[in-house]
Amino acid sequence: MIDPHAVDLSRLQFGLTALYHFLFVPLTLGLSVLLAIMESVYVMTGRAIWRSMTRYWGLLFGINFAMGVATGITMEFQFGTNWAYYSHYVGDIFGAPLALEGLTAFFLEATFVGLFFFGWDRLSRVSHLAVTCLLALGTNLSALWILVANGWMQHPVGASFNPQSMRMELTSFYDVFFNPVAQDKFVHTVSAGYVTGSMFVLSVSAWFLLRGRNRAFAKRSMTVAASFGLASALSVVVLGDESGYTASANQKMKIAAIEAMWQTEPPPASFTIFGFPDLQARRTDYAIRVPWLMGLIATRSIDQPVPGIENLVADNVQRIQSGLLAYSAVDQLRSRPADAGAQAQLNTHAGDLGYALLLKRYTDKVIDATPAQIQQAAWDTVPGVLPLFWAFRFMVGLGFYFIALFALSFWLSAKRRLDTYPAYLHVVLWSLPLPWLAAELGWFVAEYGRQPWTIDGVLPTYLSVSSISSGSVAASLTGFVLFYSALAVVEIYLMVKYIRLGPEGSGENG
Amino acid sequence: MLQFLDYETLRVIWWLLLGVLLMGFAAMDGFDLGVGMWLPFLAKTDSERRMIINSVGPVWEGNQVWLILGAGAIFAAWPPVYAVAFSAFYPAMFLVLCALILRPVGFKYRSKLENPRWREAWDWLLFVGGLVPALVFGVAVGNALLGAPFRFDGDLRMSYEGSLLGLFQPFAVLAGLVSVAMLAMHGAAYLAAKAGAPVAARARRAASLAAWVFIVLFAIGGLWTVNLAGYRIVGRLAHDVASNPLHKQVVRQAGAWLANYSAMPWTMIAPALGFIGAALMVLALRTRHDKLAFIASGAAVKGVVATAGLSMFPFILPSSLDPSMSLTVWDASSSRATLALMLVAVVLILPAVLAYTAFVYRVLRGRVTPGRVEADPHSY
Repeated sequence: MIDPHAVDLSRLQFGLTALYHFLFVPLTLGLSVLLAIMESVYVMTGRAIWRSMTRYWGLLFGINFAMGVATGITMEFQFGTNWAYYSHYVGDIFGAPLALEGLTAFFLEATFVGLFFFGWDRLSRVSHLAVTCLLALGTNLSALWILVANGWMQHPVGASFNPQSMRMELTSFYDVFFNPVAQDKFVHTVSAGYVTGSMFVLSVSAWFLLRGRNRAFAKRSMTVAASFGLASALSVVVLGDESGYTASANQKMKIAAIEAMWQTEPPPASFTIFGFPDLQARRTDYAIRVPWLMGLIATRSIDQPVPGIENLVADNVQRIQSGLLAYSAVDQLRSRPADAGAQAQLNTHAGDLGYALLLKRYTDKVIDATPAQIQQAAWDTVPGVLPLFWAFRFMVGLGFYFIALFALSFWLSAKRRLDTYPAYLHVVLWSLPLPWLAAELGWFVAEYGRQPWTIDGVLPTYLSVSSISSGSVAASLTGFVLFYSALAVVEIYLMVKYIRLGPEGSGENG
Repeated sequence: MLQFLDYETLRVIWWLLLGVLLMGFAAMDGFDLGVGMWLPFLAKTDSERRMIINSVGPVWEGNQVWLILGAGAIFAAWPPVYAVAFSAFYPAMFLVLCALILRPVGFKYRSKLENPRWREAWDWLLFVGGLVPALVFGVAVGNALLGAPFRFDGDLRMSYEGSLLGLFQPFAVLAGLVSVAMLAMHGAAYLAAKAGAPVAARARRAASLAAWVFIVLFAIGGLWTVNLAGYRIVGRLAHDVASNPLHKQVVRQAGAWLANYSAMPWTMIAPALGFIGAALMVLALRTRHDKLAFIASGAAVKGVVATAGLSMFPFILPSSLDPSMSLTVWDASSSRATLALMLVAVVLILPAVLAYTAFVYRVLRGRVTPGRVEADPHSY
């Protein structure tokens, strides 16, 4: 029934289109807030250069925003086109934040983005500032809702399985919204966006200074970017650590995989800074460890253990067996909905139902799964350790690098020496791609680390897919790659052109 | 939440809200799709083309959110409909997506370079970006009326036995053409009211032409349904139990899509609005009441969407493969809790959305003239 190639290709398509979409989103998040800050200064001081700054960075914001909008529609559609069973199974919960995103966030940003560009001569200064702030609010609210949705995929709370409708249904929207995973992810992600926006302004301004042009414009821009970037970079790392702590409570397997912790260590566990995890041999070669650190990060204590991969797999064997009891109860309830015994059995084991569904990959008659198949399914719950291990370390390293770079920029700006050291300006210029790299790595750690689940512990990725042929997905995937590549060329060309033109070439006073 | 509303009532309310959102999409995003369709034909110079683009430039993005929200609301309130419709029409959805992706980029990037070939290329891409969604969404509605070849297994996993070409049956193609003519009419009516002199005059003629085509096609569609096989539920179907589309009996029956109109004659307001709105628009344009004309074409658009919905009620997406597995208002909704929550959100927030949308249109009021376009470096 399920075409495994369609699963893999749909994952690849979703992953690629999401990574691509996520090239534009962080810059939109960051720049929208920076625009609001710059325009606030303009309204308060009345100095024309701040208006030029808002308009010029706004122009670049617009080029990026169009791509964010264009590629975002793909994401919403794909849940239905490629992940139809997912949409049926969790739409009752997952659809709500998506619809609320449209209602509260997209309307706000999409309605006011037009007025941001076309309203300069039609609105008073304060009204236009209000428009810019509403635009920034809209983009950030959109991030909130999408991370409430994503947080639920990582840590599904406030929902239960209904055997009558054969799907998960909402029991508490309060729990879904105030899901700690979602809240931490929201602040971590928007902060990463602010870092991206700040780095963009900082790097482009550094390029102006290196060329010896637009000095007043560039230095003011850098001052804003440095202060906002420093606060944001600190927030990314602190909240990243907070999400690590929340994840360690709720997604133990993801943490164990990121850390390549094969066995539970006596607490407090050590942190592996460097090494080559080997999933087959279940060991980490050439490991360099810092004692205590992992235990402190993950449990905020020195006496609680951080469970290792092999121990978690052993737990998951138990959960699969418990899930099988839930699965057979669902089967009975389907023919006899009033069976109280089956209902009681389901209630006891409902939390493990998803683990039984892992077996669908190996046998259609899940109830008759062999012990070998159960072992296999339990080991499936371990995501790819090596890529997670390294992606996470690169991301964290970049996070600390951003703190250092923005702190240095802040200091130079306070000393009025931003244009004194060409070496510094070169470093800033070449750091431009790094926030994107960090953001994509962060996305990868969160989503790849959740495998083999789409909804952690509830619905395996394998089952989530639509009943479509791999040929259709291959065709659409090819289409996306070609189409998106062409768009990327156009976007980068325009972005570079307008950066080269600078404020004065774009109708502003630079 | 909302304990005074029972599950059945909430389902009907959400069916109505789905209609409101789709009408919002057709009437709001509809005119900028229509404007895109006319872009290569109603302008003779680059300055006129920019006038057309800038007439929708500041507002089209907000309009498109009606589509995003419509899809989001189907996901949240009618998850099985979302799952079946989007995956069954996979290649068509991919086409629509590509067309929709062209629009934000096209509007924003087209006038960023002076090169005439660059601009001409984007003009045609914006044309495609207007035409393809109008056509495909119309064809999709036609297929919903015909029923789609899907069925469910016991786990409610859907499978689909159709092809891309299978979507283009004659009736579905007619529905697609109705949609194209309707939005072409609506887009031209917008330009008549919003664009400067030479374009507005051409737009008036274009709108009237499109209106007559629309009236003829819509009438053919109505006559076709007399003998078209519709769907009818036989026996009892509880309206207030958990959603599961496997517990009912449905038969296909010629003319079944007209049953609601004979049972409740007041529902004929919807198709009547389609015809009268279009005719009124033609009259208003002749007497130079451009704004009234635009309102009339908007009413016609809403009437057409309502006609499709009312014909099918309580069906949302029938199955031609196994009619008893059709998705209806009574067995394809979200849980009571989700419907209630989303209703509260809509009641609280939608009025604010309408208010600030009205504010933005008010700020941007007045005809778009070449002078205004040239004066603003941010123009599209």
